[in-house]
Amino acid sequence: MTGFRLFTAFYTLLRRDLLMAFRHRGELANPLLFFVLVVSLFPLALGPDSRTLAPLAPGVIWVAALLASMLSLEGLFRSDFDDGALEQLLLSPHPVAVLVFAKVLAHWLITGVPLIVLAPLLGVLLHLPQPGMPALMLSLLLGTPVLSLVGSIGVALTVGVRRGGLLLSLLILPLYVPVLIFAASAVGDAAHGLQVGAQLTFLAAMLVLALRLAPIATGAALRISVG
Amino acid sequence: MWTFIHRLASPKHFYHLAGRMIPWFAWGCALLMVAGLIGGLWFAPPDYQQGDGFRIIYVHVPAAWMSLFIYAVMAGASAVGIIWKIKMADIIAACSAPIGASFTFLALVTGSLWGKPMWGTYWVWDARLTSELILLFLYLGYMGLQAAIEDRQNAARASAVLALVGVINLPIIHYSVVWWNTLHQGATVSVFGKDDIATSMLIPLLLMGLAFTLFYATIVLMRARTAVLEQERRSQWVRELIKSL
Amino acid sequence: MSSWSEFIHMGGYAFYVWTSYGLAMVVLVANVIAPWRARKQVVRMLHRRVRREETK
Repeated sequence: MTGFRLFTAFYTLLRRDLLMAFRHRGELANPLLFFVLVVSLFPLALGPDSRTLAPLAPGVIWVAALLASMLSLEGLFRSDFDDGALEQLLLSPHPVAVLVFAKVLAHWLITGVPLIVLAPLLGVLLHLPQPGMPALMLSLLLGTPVLSLVGSIGVALTVGVRRGGLLLSLLILPLYVPVLIFAASAVGDAAHGLQVGAQLTFLAAMLVLALRLAPIATGAALRISVG
Repeated sequence: MWTFIHRLASPKHFYHLAGRMIPWFAWGCALLMVAGLIGGLWFAPPDYQQGDGFRIIYVHVPAAWMSLFIYAVMAGASAVGIIWKIKMADIIAACSAPIGASFTFLALVTGSLWGKPMWGTYWVWDARLTSELILLFLYLGYMGLQAAIEDRQNAARASAVLALVGVINLPIIHYSVVWWNTLHQGATVSVFGKDDIATSMLIPLLLMGLAFTLFYATIVLMRARTAVLEQERRSQWVRELIKSL
Repeated sequence: MSSWSEFIHMGGYAFYVWTSYGLAMVVLVANVIAPWRARKQVVRMLHRRVRREETK
């Protein structure tokens, strides 16, 4: 019976976060616009030649995705922290890790999935060779959840800190490096027609590890920040 | 043995015990460093490929060792602080961070200075230097988080979580960077090429490594003692002690 | 190595070697000075505190 109640709590929290996000539909577009904008800056800076852009495409798209993810994470706990809902969450009888996972999942559905959908468009903008496209989407599919999960730890640690945005970047970006390395490599290799099973396997392994450990760390960090 | 550990956890006992240990560590460090410097700068023969330029390793490598060792100590102390709620452990972790960061910085700059004559550029994205750079960010993030949270207790606990998350990620980050490096460059910067390192070159390295370790021990104890005085300022023993300082 | 000037010269790598060692010295010295000054500051602050409490 407790399992069922836990699932209900999980689902309720997930649904609530999704509904709240939809109520502010305009804000949903912001990380996506940022994503597209940042990618668009590169041809402007480097010139339109596809011979310059194509090799850079995997890295540029992934760095932009990383930054967009990080920026959008900032508000993950902010509104709940401000109105006291976060304290209530921590006081509930359910394991915090599960509730945290609900919020992170909501965040990923709202910001990560649209990134994945938009990615082929950006690939076209940067002349990413066609063979790289599936790898691009797959790497984002595996990688963006890791970004959300690991990023949530940093957000939880800085939720009480005034203007913690820059500190958040300093905390999270080093932890994002492995995802970036393997994901960009996967897309780059695939674009050249090479096999990318190894990179994707590593990304999947990181996802499993993050799923298992990150919510626990985030929960612990929340307890500390909310006191 | 447990009594000893219990006493370490007590700020008052730690303060006095550390006070007695510091001179030993300091003198040991000084002796080892003199021996290491003489061995490295004078007695070790010039390297076959790098000439006298290789002598930079006698500061670069020990600094890199320390940057990792201190992070490990920080993470360990953080774990002890979180699990057994021992404030002394939190103090050790917090005091270690600036020392570790400065060693990481030293490793980066000496690595860069070593690079210029060897590979022609001041910076090379090789596995070791790149890992050190990320490690520096981890240290600075830890220190930034500590500074940003006002409540001392919360600051200690939050940075403890960060240190533990960081230490779990360190092998992953390092592995990723090594993998990335072999992919893009092929050559890793090895300290001494393919030949086995000569003993006369190795011994000063070990001496310097030990010297730096004792240096860290000395400084962290110094910092921790001051932190203890501040933390326990309302207690009787500190009030009495202050009168005699 | 046989002579003092050869020692300083470091086979042409003098700048790199000596800057590295110099920087190492700076880092070590800074790491000694910082806690020493912090301690003095804290002790001074505590002295003032104790004196204030005793004159109450």
